Amino acid sequence: MTDTLNDTDTLSEYFTDGTPLVDTRAPDVDIAQMWTQAQFDNALVNPANRRKLDVIIVGTGLAGASAAATMGEAGYNVKAFCYQDSARRAHSIAAQGGINAAKNYNDDGDSTYRLFYDTVKGGDYRSRETNVYRLAEVSTKIIDQCVAQGVPFAREYGGLLDNRSFGGVQVARTFYAAGQTGQQLLIGAYQAMERQVAAGTVQEYTRHEMLEVVVVDGVARGIITRDMMTGHIETHLADVVVLATGGYGNVFFLSTNAMGCNVTAAWRAHRKGAYFGNPCYTQIHPTCIPVSGEHQSKLTLMSESLRNDGRIWVPKRAEDCDKDPRQIPEEDRDYYLERIYPAFGNLVPRDIASRQAKNMCDEGRGVGPKVGDFRRGVYLDFAAAIERMGRSAVEAKYGNLFDMYARITGEDPYQVPMRIYPAVHYTMGGLWVDYDLQTSIPGLYAVGEANFSDHGANRLGASSLMQCLADGYFVLPNTIRNYLAKGPFEKVAEDHPAVVEAEQSVRSRIDRFLSINGERTPDSFHRELGNVMWEYCGMERTDAGLRKAIDLIRGLREEFWRNLKVLGTADSLNQSLEKAGRVADFLELGELMCIDALHRRESCGGHFRAESQTEDGEALRHDDEFAYVAAWEFTGDADRPVLHKEDLSYKFIELKQRSYK
Amino acid sequence: MNLTLKIWRQAGPDASGELVTYQMTDVSEDMSFLEMLDVLNERLAAEGTEPIAFDSDCREGICGMCGLMISGDAHGPERTTTCQLHMRSFNDGDTITVEPWRADAFPVVRDLVVDRTAFDRIIQSGGFISVNTGAAPEAHSVPVPKPDADRAFDAAKCIGCGACVAACPNASGMLFMGAKVTHLGEVPQGQPERPARVLAMVDQHDLEGFGGCTNIGECAGACPKEIPLDVISQLNKDLRSAAFHRG
Repeated sequence: MTDTLNDTDTLSEYFTDGTPLVDTRAPDVDIAQMWTQAQFDNALVNPANRRKLDVIIVGTGLAGASAAATMGEAGYNVKAFCYQDSARRAHSIAAQGGINAAKNYNDDGDSTYRLFYDTVKGGDYRSRETNVYRLAEVSTKIIDQCVAQGVPFAREYGGLLDNRSFGGVQVARTFYAAGQTGQQLLIGAYQAMERQVAAGTVQEYTRHEMLEVVVVDGVARGIITRDMMTGHIETHLADVVVLATGGYGNVFFLSTNAMGCNVTAAWRAHRKGAYFGNPCYTQIHPTCIPVSGEHQSKLTLMSESLRNDGRIWVPKRAEDCDKDPRQIPEEDRDYYLERIYPAFGNLVPRDIASRQAKNMCDEGRGVGPKVGDFRRGVYLDFAAAIERMGRSAVEAKYGNLFDMYARITGEDPYQVPMRIYPAVHYTMGGLWVDYDLQTSIPGLYAVGEANFSDHGANRLGASSLMQCLADGYFVLPNTIRNYLAKGPFEKVAEDHPAVVEAEQSVRSRIDRFLSINGERTPDSFHRELGNVMWEYCGMERTDAGLRKAIDLIRGLREEFWRNLKVLGTADSLNQSLEKAGRVADFLELGELMCIDALHRRESCGGHFRAESQTEDGEALRHDDEFAYVAAWEFTGDADRPVLHKEDLSYKFIELKQRSYK
Repeated sequence: MNLTLKIWRQAGPDASGELVTYQMTDVSEDMSFLEMLDVLNERLAAEGTEPIAFDSDCREGICGMCGLMISGDAHGPERTTTCQLHMRSFNDGDTITVEPWRADAFPVVRDLVVDRTAFDRIIQSGGFISVNTGAAPEAHSVPVPKPDADRAFDAAKCIGCGACVAACPNASGMLFMGAKVTHLGEVPQGQPERPARVLAMVDQHDLEGFGGCTNIGECAGACPKEIPLDVISQLNKDLRSAAFHRG
């Protein structure tokens, strides 16, 4: 066992300690009564007053569209913004596997408490109990809501809903629609929102990017956007602002995120005073299609549900790695997850499956073509499943995923085992929020992947769709009213100094991008940043590596502002300009992620610090030192953030070393 | 492989456009079509030419944002989205023409980017089930026969990319609409609004400037999600029945 480092003194050059943070919004009652009590305690806004209140929602994925639909139905004036050409294209649409809910339709021992327990444990005891219990509690209502909207979930022949099981869990509580659950849920939320657009309660702004938050007297009162088609800079004022802008995995350049996913909205809010929680927690997903070459623009995920029937293996001997896998006999294969984790087997949580795949490849037992000096792949084999279930049953269950794999790799996965490798997927960190989902800026809320709250240091499968819809349909509409009930709010004038300042900073930033006139494109900086992040702040982090990464990022950022090249103009569709703004923010976020990872001298969930592991290579937490949320404050200097700690107190679940053996 | 690309360049909605020729060398067959355009764009930027604007987002074939006419085919020669089209579908020495979707209802924004918000307005006109949040009954209170659920799902696979419109000589949006009408019409939850839905959607479709359907079938042939042509028959059936009941 390696101990934590004791050179805390040298960390003081990277950040300063701030005052502790406490979330006091959850009522002080038993956890099972907490949400009911909170809904009662939160003030009401009478229906006639709701239409006088303006709500801005940025992002129209599962969290944003469901929030917009629900707030619109309730009668508020909603403006919903997204950078895509239609709300239906948000990246939630790409989620494949499913959505959890504690319905216990299979009577296999599931309950609200068990979903709560699994999620806290799965997050490696780094999430907030109160929020997670509420998530488990409202999960069942999500399924009812979506079914009523016509979401075509998979069904049994009796006409009832079908379930399957996901990583880190021993019950079947995952509802799904083939491999396209995210799409179907998003279309449901999108349709609900479009219904409100027709009803006039929601105004939709597509191809609009939020570039600044307007903060008046310490309170969020609006946003500055750029119309991406015309370049117009617009001011939108409101009584409350909700960010539903997703995660920041694209800081790694290569990830499973959509190309447009970015951190700008959250980062602009952070620079205006919103604390950023646990930025270093990145989920690496174990089942992605391996990188094929230098041209690669993104990585494609193969649903985790494949691990229900597929068996993961590598050759026992390194010299077998270039053989046709079908020629490697059973006794020469190492089904390493089944061997090391007999209770969970191929269904261990994502962080564990990912790290073990990396270990196999690091040992020289990876498969597939060499990229650099390494073979970065392990087999995901369906031969046994095809023999057991028949090819047509496998096709019915996973056909679209198999087709996608074949298209990308040019190989037939029905004949040859798939090759998979871990890739950056989901970011558990995000804007710090309290139990009400309010950030540290009053009047600014963050929902879905954009906040940090529910997944701790790791995210279990089928839990992100659940969190996004829980926040959007049920939680936010019930907590935000407590804030809105303080209205009516004094109107902010368009020429208020804070509004003018926000708008001016957007304009001067754009002018600066266009006037540097250097040699390198935004993409080239982004790719280089991504390499640094993956190498030093990816699946495994070390003290020395993180310090090096921080230096590299600072150097890269200096070069960016000196040597960037953006062609075209500000007054038209300009995709290079859009990228430049996002890369500039990624360059600052990347450094904060490394500082956060550096200060957290323990391993937990998606954060694996090499210096902190058990004798058999599992993540070793240090609850006595690190059972807190790291909430970072921006000080005006990206190199010197302030760390506020929110202690995590576990009253209902006992902290244990996570074991899946 | 080496390729000759003829790509539509158009500075803005009101500008006139033209095909510009670019030579590509050393294209890997493992690249997606869009990655090939990324490589070209990086080269153009280095040369001081503005990169070619095109839409893409998830690059996993599901968001529906990408869509190019490639040598006359919506999404190119394979039946897939443009982001999932790989260069192994082409041969060394090929000349490839790349254009935006062509339809009055999809005005060009710039280069290969078009405005498809007409589809959103069709959905706004009635492509939903009216249920307020929190008003839903227990999910198991309404069983749905598996064949109906499966058929609803097959229609719900539509990603709204607009390839059907681009492929249709009439620029009709009937496959898109038929998919939605079939999806919601196959589940019990969709029944109360079924007649009103189809009438409203068809009205909006016509208002947006999409053409009528003359059963050519190019739409279903080009659809990357293999939405079957019979969703249009379903739409017509629902339309007749709704019109009859409306009188």
